[in-house]
Amino acid sequence: MYGNLVVRPEDIENWGKKIEEEDPEKLAEFEGRIERGEKIEPQDWMPFEYRRQLIRLIEQHAHSEIIGALPEGTWITRAPTFRRKLALMAKVQDEVGHAQLLYSAAETLGKSREQMINDLLSGKSKYSNVFNYPAKTWADTAIIAWLVDAGAIINQTTNSKGSYGPYVRALERICWEESFHLKYGYDSVVYLATGTPKQRAMLQDALNRWWRPIMHFFGPPDTQSVHTEKLIRWKVKLATNDEMRQQFLDMYVPKIWELGLTIPDPNLRKNPETGRWEYSDPDWGEFWRVINGDGPCNKERLAVRRFAEEKGRWVREALRAPHARYVTPLA
Amino acid sequence: MIEVLEILILSLADDELFIGHRHAEWIGLGPILEEDIAFASIAQDETGHAQAYYQILTDLGLPTPDEYAFKREASAFRSAHLVELPNFEYDYGMALMRHFLYDAAEQVRLDALRKSAYEPLAGLAERLLREEKYHWLHARVWIQRLGRSTEEAHHRLQAALDQLFPYAWMLFEEMPHEEKMIEAGWVPPSAELRMRWLEKISPILMEANLAYSEPKADELQAFQGGRHGIRSPYFDSLYAEMTEVSASDPEAEW
Ligand SMILES: [Fe+2]
Ligand SMILES: [Fe+2]
Ligand SMILES: [Fe+2]
Repeated sequence: MYGNLVVRPEDIENWGKKIEEEDPEKLAEFEGRIERGEKIEPQDWMPFEYRRQLIRLIEQHAHSEIIGALPEGTWITRAPTFRRKLALMAKVQDEVGHAQLLYSAAETLGKSREQMINDLLSGKSKYSNVFNYPAKTWADTAIIAWLVDAGAIINQTTNSKGSYGPYVRALERICWEESFHLKYGYDSVVYLATGTPKQRAMLQDALNRWWRPIMHFFGPPDTQSVHTEKLIRWKVKLATNDEMRQQFLDMYVPKIWELGLTIPDPNLRKNPETGRWEYSDPDWGEFWRVINGDGPCNKERLAVRRFAEEKGRWVREALRAPHARYVTPLA
Repeated sequence: MIEVLEILILSLADDELFIGHRHAEWIGLGPILEEDIAFASIAQDETGHAQAYYQILTDLGLPTPDEYAFKREASAFRSAHLVELPNFEYDYGMALMRHFLYDAAEQVRLDALRKSAYEPLAGLAERLLREEKYHWLHARVWIQRLGRSTEEAHHRLQAALDQLFPYAWMLFEEMPHEEKMIEAGWVPPSAELRMRWLEKISPILMEANLAYSEPKADELQAFQGGRHGIRSPYFDSLYAEMTEVSASDPEAEW
């Protein structure tokens, strides 16, 4: 119905093949192209495993954008001034726009948006864990827009050096927009940090609650994570989780301290000898529990998405009706 | 005369403020992503329009847009009840029909304001129309498409029209001291704008096979008073939500 499906599964001759079943010559040529820094485009030959991993990655990213719109979205109608309200609306609108771009990018690999959304709703495919935590106060929205978006920028900038053309191009535009979110988030945080005692307390409380999910944001430590050397060779994965986490800490811990905030980890420090940040175990057990469905908001988030799917079904059916043509979106 | 001007501008601005609020509730919950984005974009425009209308008053030494929006007594608002209505369990048929009826009214209203003798209003109307063009296009195209698609869609739009029509009718409720506004050349009579509005929506509704009947004066009791400071039953919860943060620490800057 969205018409972005560039490649249909039935046209893909190696659909479902294991890597060792692939044509070795084609595989060598494919890897050579990536090594030379060429981009892979939808019509190009690619091993099925590459296709599968990218669909998984881009789809999860797209889901994270729409689910991520929910915790912040509920604060638009509560935003305390015109300036904040307009900025927050624009931000959340961008996030939904990112989902749209990313679903389109994933569709070029042969999975339709409808299938992806169905897999989200059935729990088969995941989204970023960070959105399974609640945004309880206005300060939470400020912390999300600053630090979660900062994490997203690090992650996305890294991925934008990847090998798949449509994903890379989507990410370039996304990163450009995210940089405005970050500015908005930081500005909101500064107002709270330099505001009334109540505002400062609200901000510290938000940071206390968000620190752990933010530490989890980049994924489990390299010692526990199962990405293979192959994904790095194919430029699907470009930095390890720990590398990205270190980069985040390097860039943002000093800024957080500068605002007079306390990071809720007494062991957090930069080791002057190794140049690396050390921190307490952020409870990776919790990370796995939340990813497997047992977080504070997993059920609620999916319930909201299912509700929206259900409520909008008649509209989508109407758009598929014979005389109804697809309506060009406004924005 | 400044009190009369304030009545006029607040009637325009308050409608925009609350329709923006209601449209914004669709972000993340639309029937397709494209509509989340469309409603978010329109919500931003309308919220910005509200701010721009209030600013005209601010420039005359009256309160700031934030004060008007976030720190006012319920009875000082002048919105039509149409824009205060909730989204009714996310009924997209209702949302779309309200958007259609409202933006048609905005088209008519702004088109008239371009010729207003009150310079700041005429200038602003010109500017807002550039954005409004897209609202109207969006509303119209969707009514046309959905109105002629499935039986269910048609049925839902008709039900929404039945419910919303008397509310929309009252977008053109006569304002207090309206005769002074007309005399000053600021606006044409509301009743005249209502006729232009009907001319605008009728052919599109007819094409989509959607019917309305003009309400009789004695049927309008429940829908009127918005321009005179009477709030709908939905206002209190709406406004409590809108001011939840700002009221939590009135001295704070955000
Ligand atoms: Fe995003
Ligand atoms: Fe407007
Ligand atoms: Fe509008």
